[in-house]
Amino acid sequence: MILQALAFYVFAAITVASAAMVVVSRNPVYSVLFLILAFFNAAGLFLLIGAEFIAMILVIVYVGAVAVLFLFVVMMLDINLTELREGFLAYFPVGALIGAVLFAELLLGVGIIGSGSTTIAGLDMHGAQVMAVDNTRAIGRVLYTQYFYLFQVAGLVLLVAMIGAIVLTLRSRPGVRRQRAGDQINRTKEQAMTVVKVPTRGGV
Amino acid sequence: MTIGLGHYLAVAAVLFTMGILGIFLNRKNVIVILMCVELMLLAVNINLVAFSVFQGNIVGQIFAMLVLTVAAAEAAIGLAILVVYFRNRGTIAVEDINAMKG
Repeated sequence: MILQALAFYVFAAITVASAAMVVVSRNPVYSVLFLILAFFNAAGLFLLIGAEFIAMILVIVYVGAVAVLFLFVVMMLDINLTELREGFLAYFPVGALIGAVLFAELLLGVGIIGSGSTTIAGLDMHGAQVMAVDNTRAIGRVLYTQYFYLFQVAGLVLLVAMIGAIVLTLRSRPGVRRQRAGDQINRTKEQAMTVVKVPTRGGV
Repeated sequence: MTIGLGHYLAVAAVLFTMGILGIFLNRKNVIVILMCVELMLLAVNINLVAFSVFQGNIVGQIFAMLVLTVAAAEAAIGLAILVVYFRNRGTIAVEDINAMKG
């Protein structure tokens, strides 16, 4: 139990520290790398409480896809870093004030829930028996039966996002010479070569 | 020393606050703002999964997966818009994005 608590504090501390580095880092590339670290440690947090499937999905989707997409865009865009950092301190007081107010409110909410004086109305506890089987099986049992339409809609969202990203970034530049496979296939022997009768000692 | 629901909620609260702070601090760089939105969605996911586990209800993890899906779609579309904008204007500073005068 003490080991679990220690692991929790290590994962939580690294998550929060790398989130802070994402915000204050000067170079966007470093920000992306610290974002990857934060997601990795959040996956560790999920593993600790037994949500293995979400943890693995977090690693695959975020570290494998989203973070690499960010890294790709950061490195592709030729941006002036020093210009982007101007005015960082000018926004610090109001940003810190709003952040402090929000954090205090969140802690207040956690404290109210933790005190146990209120109960969450309409809480549905009928799913409590699913924890008997392992995590992935439990998710599958609910996801493919009760939430099947939601699952399909999630796939549709990804499809629309994919098509949208392609449509947005596709551009047709004039003057680009491309291979035209149809023309190549439709070329016949008559078009491709001619038989020339060469006279003796005359040359072509 | 047992780790309860409150510990996870506290971590999520800190992460969410950091995301908000990042949006306010990085007023010039859209990429970092998108990353801060991802951090906030991660905090939401931590909340959902923590409530799901500590209340013994698996539905929270299914909603966490849906949030993950939407976050991935949002990142893809946001970065695509960013690439198109950079191609047209040559800058990604937030203060220069005022063509619609909103």
